[in-house]
Amino acid sequence: MVEWTDFERQTIAGIFAKIDYETTGATALARCLIVYPWTQRYFGNFGNLYNAGAIKINPLIAKHGTIIVHGLDRALKNLDNIKDAYTELSVLHSDKLHVDPDNFRLFSDCLTLTLAAQMGADFNADVQAAFQKFMLVVVSALKRQYH
Amino acid sequence: MLSKKEKKMILRIWERITPVAQDIGAEALLRMFTTAPGSKTYFSHLDISPRSPHLLSHGKKIVLALSEGATDISQLSVTLAPLQTMHAYQLRIDPSNFKHLSYCMLVTLACHLGDDFMAEAHAAMDKYLSAFAAVLALKYR
Repeated sequence: MVEWTDFERQTIAGIFAKIDYETTGATALARCLIVYPWTQRYFGNFGNLYNAGAIKINPLIAKHGTIIVHGLDRALKNLDNIKDAYTELSVLHSDKLHVDPDNFRLFSDCLTLTLAAQMGADFNADVQAAFQKFMLVVVSALKRQYH
Repeated sequence: MLSKKEKKMILRIWERITPVAQDIGAEALLRMFTTAPGSKTYFSHLDISPRSPHLLSHGKKIVLALSEGATDISQLSVTLAPLQTMHAYQLRIDPSNFKHLSYCMLVTLACHLGDDFMAEAHAAMDKYLSAFAAVLALKYR
């Protein structure tokens, strides 16, 4: 089981209380598709992904980014058992969506960067560490059901 | 692969950063030490507490090297030759740490540049830092 310090719990809760799911989700996913273009392979029928400009204004991508970030709510509400909370989603990503789990880390890195840009100096080293730990646990839970 | 436009973006960012090289460098190092504690093992002979003189001076060195490399990216293996030798034979830092530092440098830039560090700049800088790290590790074996 993952041990969370009080600082980590407060930091993570604090971040999610403040983010605008729509902007953050859309920006993070767009960033991922732009910075790591091979991730576009999973978005074949999401419309125009021709260049960075198109990706940034693509409404389907924006909507999907929001869905992904909302998917993190599950971890937020089940900090003490993230592993089991993601069983279903893990099976979905493995058996139905066929997403290479390395992509979870890429998205996680982009989400972290997006938050850093939004929060500026508030996103200090300790906050970064807490958030990265949180994402690491979620990514690990999402990988668990792959076989 | 870096386009001309990307090389210009990278250069412009480092030009903005160079005047505050020690602050940016020290912050990136501190972020790395906090998120990848194994990286601290290479600094056991220095005081790397936040804002320490060692941390600031070391951070400055790293940022200035990154900044210099950006002035002519096609010549990275020439510019970095002495640093390559130092890292391969003397420092022998495991190259996984280059990835940690590169990522923490990106986070530091994002925190300081905010919206200016948009996706295209992030992509270009990520590619530059990866190339820099790869060239730096070339003499390892």
